[in-house]
Amino acid sequence: MSATRTFGDYGGRYVPETLIPALDELEQAWTSLRDDASFQAELEELRNSYAGRPTPITLAPRFAPGQRVYLKREDLMHTGAHKLNNALGQVLIAQRLGKRRIIAETGAGQHGVATATVCARFGLECIVYMGSEDIRRQAPNVERMGLLGAEVRPVDFGTRTLKEATSEAIRDWIANVETTHYVIGSCVGPAPYPELVRELQRVIGREAREQFLAAEGRLPEAVVACVGGGSNAIGMFYDFIGDDGVRLIGVEAAGAASLGSGRGGVLHGARSSLLADADGQIMDAHSISAGLDYPGVGPEHAWLRDTGRAEYVACTDDEAVAAFHRLCETEGIVPALESSHALARALDCGDELVLVCLSGRGDKDLAEVLRREHE
Amino acid sequence: MKTLVVYLMAMPDTPALAEAAVEAGADMIELGFPFSDPLADGPLIRRAGERALAAGMRTARCLEVLAETRARVDVPLMPMTYASIFDAYGWAELERDARAAGATSLIVPDLPADVHPELRRVQLVAPTSTEERLRLAADATDGWLYLVTVTGTTGARAELAPTLAPLASRARAVTDLPLYAGFGISRGEHARAAAELTDGVVVGSAAVEAAEQGAAALAALVTELRAGLDDET
Repeated sequence: MSATRTFGDYGGRYVPETLIPALDELEQAWTSLRDDASFQAELEELRNSYAGRPTPITLAPRFAPGQRVYLKREDLMHTGAHKLNNALGQVLIAQRLGKRRIIAETGAGQHGVATATVCARFGLECIVYMGSEDIRRQAPNVERMGLLGAEVRPVDFGTRTLKEATSEAIRDWIANVETTHYVIGSCVGPAPYPELVRELQRVIGREAREQFLAAEGRLPEAVVACVGGGSNAIGMFYDFIGDDGVRLIGVEAAGAASLGSGRGGVLHGARSSLLADADGQIMDAHSISAGLDYPGVGPEHAWLRDTGRAEYVACTDDEAVAAFHRLCETEGIVPALESSHALARALDCGDELVLVCLSGRGDKDLAEVLRREHE
Repeated sequence: MKTLVVYLMAMPDTPALAEAAVEAGADMIELGFPFSDPLADGPLIRRAGERALAAGMRTARCLEVLAETRARVDVPLMPMTYASIFDAYGWAELERDARAAGATSLIVPDLPADVHPELRRVQLVAPTSTEERLRLAADATDGWLYLVTVTGTTGARAELAPTLAPLASRARAVTDLPLYAGFGISRGEHARAAAELTDGVVVGSAAVEAAEQGAAALAALVTELRAGLDDET
């Protein structure tokens, strides 16, 4: 059995009974595969020869004069974001479980693209649930998923964004659980998903910690990452948790600050800190960044906040867009709007030696940024 | 006599609808307290929940509707709602206040039997449930066991799911408590077929749809379901 079904008062399994045997099966598979040499070797080989790992760190002196800010370049990985780390690992697990139908939810489209990519690589059926509002604002990724052979199913109720897409993916899983693996895209959902996704994303922080030590001869003063569901942040933070002198700073969209202004509640199978009202009804999030536009967050982040080990701050849409332009103009790197939230707070966190997770590239966001500026 | 459980979404007019359903032959009423993100529900009940929330049916108001329903009918009443509603209100507090308002038991579809075991409630089992989990749910359940006929969410299906028969026989092997089948049962012929395998049925989406057309439509559906059940008996 897995060690962590809960993180303090958070996490757990709040799902219909129908899914419990599949979650048990996944937990058992993961428990054996995480220590299985052949599985780890296959994953490592795919990370290196297919995904393009390790990704470098890049010093950004013109972006942050007066500081030494390094960017962990997850934008350079195949498909353009950290999401592939998780999709690769989960699809390998699904194959071991004999599941040949893969479903996923997506917000910005990066997780959908990553999952569609791996399914194409292994010849698996792939269905991606995506809110119709996100389909509108992330059109290039919708086209990419189509090219990769995935079916994108629009979700046209509620907020028409990531929250409803996730609910529909879970409903699909309930109906097709015996043939289907649900590749959840962030460190959310019922146990064992938050732990599984964290372990598959830990490669970010493990590499970055070594690379930073090699470059600077010491650890950073602060590690900064954006937080929607929180998978790039938990992957980046995890290997620094034991380094007491290193600040861990998660940056939420100001209109989707589940940690900064949320309360305890249950959504999508786990208890966490959520944007919810006093009755436990989930409220709408608002962010220019589709990947952060989510009223929940991974339960481990809620626990890291409560224990004080990590701090969570907010960034407005305007601040994120300003940081987006600044990185384009000063370093020749187009960041995802999600990652731009982390960039903005890296500049004013007060520390000199800073490591930022540049979780994805911003090609998908060009139309949205330009549209906003022409309005 | 087989048991007919009718689900209604809590709305201001639900007490009158419940009374009509009971007069037409319903033996129990399941009362939905709406939640913004109902994972176990298909489109029909999800949309009914959205309308209920838009009409202001928050937890306190739902408890009032429960009490008003209790004043009109004397059959068992079971609020059905999601974990987030309990988490916000307080698990023990909502159980206490629901029972004080007339609830006979509770149903929480996103709460497996081993989570919050202290909350007395009707447990659900599914075609995917293992023998171990069937036994766990049967031992913990409050009064009867809810057999989810399909691997899927709530909502009408053309035919009764073939997964019910093996589930019913596996459940019968672990408990003597009544077994009521729900999810996908919308017509008299479904009720009759399900009742050959179980002690009763739960009708949700079809009842919600009928209730939206008024008490007469709901009574007509309940009469048809009742006839289907009694025909089998």
